[in-house]
Amino acid sequence: MKEITFSNAVNEAIAEEMRRDPRVILLGEDVAEAGTPFKILSGLVEEFGTDRVVDTPISEPGFTGIAVGAAMTGLRPVVDLMFGDFLFLIMDQLCNQAAKTHYMSGGKLNVPMVLRTNMGATRRSAAQHSQSLHALVAHIPGLKVCMPATAYEAKGLLKSAIRDDNPVVVFEDKMSYQEKAQIPETEHLIPLGKACVVREGTDITLVGTSSMVQAAAAAADLLSDEGISAEVIDPRTIAPLDEETILASVRKTSRAIVIDEGHRNCGITAEIAARIAENAFYYLDAPVQRLGAMDVPVPFSPALEDLTVPTPELIADCARKAAKGELFRAP
Amino acid sequence: MPEGDARNDEPYLRMYRQMRRIRAFEENAQKLYLSGKMPGLTHLYIGQEAVAVGICESLKRTDHITSTHRGHGHCLAKGADLTKMFCELLGKSEGYCRGKGGSMHIADQDNGNLGANAIVGGSAGIATGAALTAKRLGTGSVSVCFFGDGALGQGLLYECMNMAALWKLPVIYACENNLYGEYTHVSEMAAGKLAARAEAFGIDARTVDGQDVLAVNELAASLVEKARRGGGPSFAILETYRFHGHHVGDINRKYYRSDEEEKEWKSNKDPIKNFGAWLVSEEIAAEEELSGIASDVDAEAAAAVQYALEAPYPSGAEVSSHVFKEAA
Repeated sequence: MKEITFSNAVNEAIAEEMRRDPRVILLGEDVAEAGTPFKILSGLVEEFGTDRVVDTPISEPGFTGIAVGAAMTGLRPVVDLMFGDFLFLIMDQLCNQAAKTHYMSGGKLNVPMVLRTNMGATRRSAAQHSQSLHALVAHIPGLKVCMPATAYEAKGLLKSAIRDDNPVVVFEDKMSYQEKAQIPETEHLIPLGKACVVREGTDITLVGTSSMVQAAAAAADLLSDEGISAEVIDPRTIAPLDEETILASVRKTSRAIVIDEGHRNCGITAEIAARIAENAFYYLDAPVQRLGAMDVPVPFSPALEDLTVPTPELIADCARKAAKGELFRAP
Repeated sequence: MPEGDARNDEPYLRMYRQMRRIRAFEENAQKLYLSGKMPGLTHLYIGQEAVAVGICESLKRTDHITSTHRGHGHCLAKGADLTKMFCELLGKSEGYCRGKGGSMHIADQDNGNLGANAIVGGSAGIATGAALTAKRLGTGSVSVCFFGDGALGQGLLYECMNMAALWKLPVIYACENNLYGEYTHVSEMAAGKLAARAEAFGIDARTVDGQDVLAVNELAASLVEKARRGGGPSFAILETYRFHGHHVGDINRKYYRSDEEEKEWKSNKDPIKNFGAWLVSEEIAAEEELSGIASDVDAEAAAAVQYALEAPYPSGAEVSSHVFKEAA
């Protein structure tokens, strides 16, 4: 094992897959010499050259569409979409073209491409550079959606995504890029569609996505001091969603809170909570609660922005009430 | 053809046959639709046959095309089979897409057709991406992106043309200017000169009579050759006309185009009629030979329709297959 940052894990995953498969290319704005504004891709152009690490104009729909066509004809493009907020610019190419090609062609054509983008607030980037839009993408049949929580997951999921024969969207929390984790030094792949039990517990299940896994784990620490044993589940991919791991946990603990940085309204928390309600209702001792980003555009001022995202304290507070059987509704 | 004539007339007759096949296909599609046997909606290519045929005649099977909602002609010109086409139009399991795509989404990978596309201009990226693959892997393939004048309003097209020019990709943007985007004349939707759009990117833009299959073919052959030898993208404006409405149900068209205009194009600018007359005048084919071709393709189309009508629908279990490609 070795310790590595989330950012370096992404870089390693791409480099390893580019070495392994000459069909893999990288496309996006300032991905070559600049290595992206986040410096995640530094060094790749030096190794693979500008034929395979391609700087594009600021034309998100255009280069996404080009990646779709390249994927349909024999390449395996990895697209860098600089901010998750730019998903709104590429929805036709991603959702009408990439997602539907395999189905519409009766299985003849397929689109083995990866679109890496980011999510997450609290970087003081305001409403157009801070959104977490994964639920929007997960809603569309034909797209797989990964939400790595750590460097370990970032590398393993991205490598699997690049090898997948379908369009996969990977959401990386931009606040996690410098977070470190231990990862294996040998080949490291994490299967898509398989959740992970981050921490075992008996009193309540906390299902967290992306950086909310760490928030849930921190909440579990707080709760453990009070004698409440929380189990933390990380779905890792929300499409496909590993329902069974989540349900097995809830059947054991009888209580659940779902935490995610997307907006609460119609968010992925709603989907997970509904599946728990549908499939584990008779095991529940309390209503399933949801914690998401507030249903407001992300504000700029730190005094406001920090209010919009679930914190370990908030998660612990809700879990405490649920464990004690108090009637409450998550904010 | 007189005995001993060294002239190779095969391409001429092939193009004539292909145009007739498209016309026969579309006439049958219209009948199927009007008799309530075809679900959904359909956009006829009648009148524009010379564009698809003239261009596809210059392509190899391995070259790629992307097509539009008015795509039957492109699919057939690129080599599609009538039976599988009709099966797809009727939602049958033997259709090109197992009935999952329908009229506006026919894809035929074996013949290099990456799919008709029901989003106007939506395939600009796909065609350009196929050209990126060709360049990156050195396959020597060329892609043709078919789109109508309506797509000139889409930003995606210009983004892709810009990248194709920057990266010298082997792609031909084939703008079929049939004068109307749905029910609105091109002059009300596209400011300035059409060709100037490509010229702004340093892309060579050519305008050609889209009703003249030989002129289209000659231009296409030169653009394909240029793309193949690394000369980068081209933009072709093919001046043409859709003889029918935007879709089969678009019957009352007087509010957007006159009967006189339609009559003028149908009487004097029918690409099949005119090419047939030329073949006869050049003594490449006799009248009887051309009417023989017409009866052949009519019979072929009638048999294909009959087959498709009797073919089975997909089983209900297919509804959830092909959402994802399963790992091999």
